[in-house]
Amino acid sequence: MTDLTHSTTSAKRTERSATASMTYAIFLAAGLALLVIAPAFFYPIFLMKLLCFALFACAFNLLLGYTGLLSFGHATFFGGAAYFTAHAVKEWGLTPELGILLGVAGAAILGLVMGFVAIRRQGIYFAMITLALSQMFYFFCLQAEFTQGEDGIQSVPRGHLFGLVDLNQPTNMYYFVLAVFVIGLLIIWRFINSPFGMILKSIRENEARATSLGYSVARYKLGAFVMSAALAGLAGGVKALVFQFATLTDVTWQMSGEVILMTLLGGIGTLIGPIFGAGLVVTLQNYLATSDFPVTIITGVVFMVCVLLFRRGLIGEFYASRLGRKLGFEHR
Amino acid sequence: MAVSATLTDNEPRVVLSARGLSKNFGAFAAVKNVDLDVRHQRVHALIGPNGAGKTTVFNLLTKFLQPTAGSITLLGSDITKTPPDKVARMGLVRSFQISAVFPHLTVLDNVRVALQRPNSLSTQFWLPMSSLNRLNARADELIEAVGLKRERNALAADLSYGRKRVLEIATTLALDPKVLLLDEPMAGMGQEDIGTVSSIIRKVAKERAVLMVEHNLSVVADICHHVTVLQRGEILAEGDYAAVSRDERVRLAYMGTEEA
Repeated sequence: MTDLTHSTTSAKRTERSATASMTYAIFLAAGLALLVIAPAFFYPIFLMKLLCFALFACAFNLLLGYTGLLSFGHATFFGGAAYFTAHAVKEWGLTPELGILLGVAGAAILGLVMGFVAIRRQGIYFAMITLALSQMFYFFCLQAEFTQGEDGIQSVPRGHLFGLVDLNQPTNMYYFVLAVFVIGLLIIWRFINSPFGMILKSIRENEARATSLGYSVARYKLGAFVMSAALAGLAGGVKALVFQFATLTDVTWQMSGEVILMTLLGGIGTLIGPIFGAGLVVTLQNYLATSDFPVTIITGVVFMVCVLLFRRGLIGEFYASRLGRKLGFEHR
Repeated sequence: MAVSATLTDNEPRVVLSARGLSKNFGAFAAVKNVDLDVRHQRVHALIGPNGAGKTTVFNLLTKFLQPTAGSITLLGSDITKTPPDKVARMGLVRSFQISAVFPHLTVLDNVRVALQRPNSLSTQFWLPMSSLNRLNARADELIEAVGLKRERNALAADLSYGRKRVLEIATTLALDPKVLLLDEPMAGMGQEDIGTVSSIIRKVAKERAVLMVEHNLSVVADICHHVTVLQRGEILAEGDYAAVSRDERVRLAYMGTEEA
C-alpha cells in the first residue's frame, strides 16, 4: 500500500519536473527576447544598471539561498571589484574584458580572506563578522590612494572589447552587459546543478550528517562563498564600466543591505527571484529619484509589506501559488 | 564480572578502542573513564538506562565532541584530536539517534551524496548533474540490499520512520566503513522493519565492526556478540549478553526503567 503511494507520487514528481522545465524554457526564452529588444523602449543606462544589480543579487542568493549563509559584507566584492576594474582600465590601460577579469579575481581573493575568517561561525555571528570586515574594507578604500577617496575613480574609459568593439556605443555596451549577465546566470545555474551543488544542498539539509559522511563542511561553504564573491565582483566590474565611475557608495554597508533587500524581495533560493527583486528596487530608485519623496521610505515600506505578506518573496510566492504549481514549479 | 571469559585469543582484532575516555560538561561528568574495545566482524552493543551517556560516548568516538580526557585509537592510529569529517574518511561512520537523512532529496540522491566523495565527484562545480549517473549502479545495489527499491525516486521526507532509518543505513554503508556506529537503529520501528534491520546488521558485520546503542534487549540478545553496560557515564558490566543479563547490578540498574 505504501509502495503504491510512493510510486504514484514519484511519477507525479517526474511529470511535474518535466512541465517545470518546459515552462522554465518558455519563460527564459521570453525573458531573454524581452531583454534583447528592451533598449528600444528604455534608457540603456537604466537597463544596464538593472542587469548589474540583478547579477549582484543572484550572486548573493547563491550564498544565502543555496548555502544558507547570510553575508552582510557583499558590498566589499561588488564595490571592490568596481575599483579594481576602474583602476586597471584607466591607469594601466587594460582592455575592458581584462579589467573585468582582474576585478573578478580581486573580488575572489577578498572573498577567500573574508570567507576564511567568517565561515566557522554561524547565523548572526557570521553576518556580524562579514559586516565588520567589510567596514574595514570601506575604511581602506576611504584612505587608500588609488581609490581617490571621496572623489572616486572618475571618467573611466569603456574602451574597445577585445580591442575591436567600441563600447562607447550605448548599444554595443548594452549587449555586452547583457552577455555578461547571461553568462553569469549560466555559471550560477551550473554551479547549483553540479556535483558540488549537490553537496551544498545536502549540507543545507543536514549539516551533521554531511560531516558524518566525511565532508569537510567548512571547505564547501568557503567554495560557495568565493564563487559568490567572484560573481558579485563580475557585476561590480561591469558596473564601473557602465557608469565610468567607481565610488565609495558601492562599498558601504548600505549597499550590502540593499542586495539583501533585493534578494528577499524576489525570493531567496529561486534562481530568477533576485532578478525581479533587483528590478523592483532599481526601478523604484530610478523613478522616485526625481520626485521629492524620499526613496528610502518607499523601499522600506515595500520591504515591510513583503516580509509581512509574501514571506517567500515575489517569485517564491508565485511558485508556491496554485498557478505556479500548475505550471510545475516546486518551492522547497 | 565476565570480561576476561569472553576475550580469548581467538577473538578478531580490535579496530576501535578507547582508553580512559571522559567528558565533563561543566561540573557534570557525562562520561567517566570508559575503556572500550570494538572488534572486527563483531556486533558490539552499548546499553544502559536513559542518561547513561551512550550517545555522548558515540559523539566522543566519532569526534563530534572532544573528550576531556582519554584517548581513542582507530585502526592503529590515534584519532583523539582528529576532526569528525576526517574520522569519517578514515572509515569510522556513524548514524544518528534522530534519523539523519536529507529530507528534500530522493532516496537515490541520498545514497549518491554518500557515494560522491569516495568517487571524487564532490568538488566539480562545472560538471552537470548527469555526471552523477555513473554512481547509479552502486547506489541501486545498496538501495536494493536494504529493500528500498520501490521507493527509489521518492523524497526521503515522504518515507515512514522505519524506512528512513533503513535509508540511513544504506547511505552509511555506501561509504564502506571499517567501523559502523549505529545510534539506536531500531528505535520507533515496527516489528517487520526490526527484522529487516537485524538481518542487515548481521550481514554487514561479516566484513566490518559494528557498535550500536540499542534499547531493545531482545535485539541485543539476538544479534550482538558483546555487550557493554553504561550507567551514569561509567561501565557497569561487560561481556556477552547471557553473562551481562545475569549480573545483579545490571538487573538493579534496569529495574523500573525496563524489564529485561
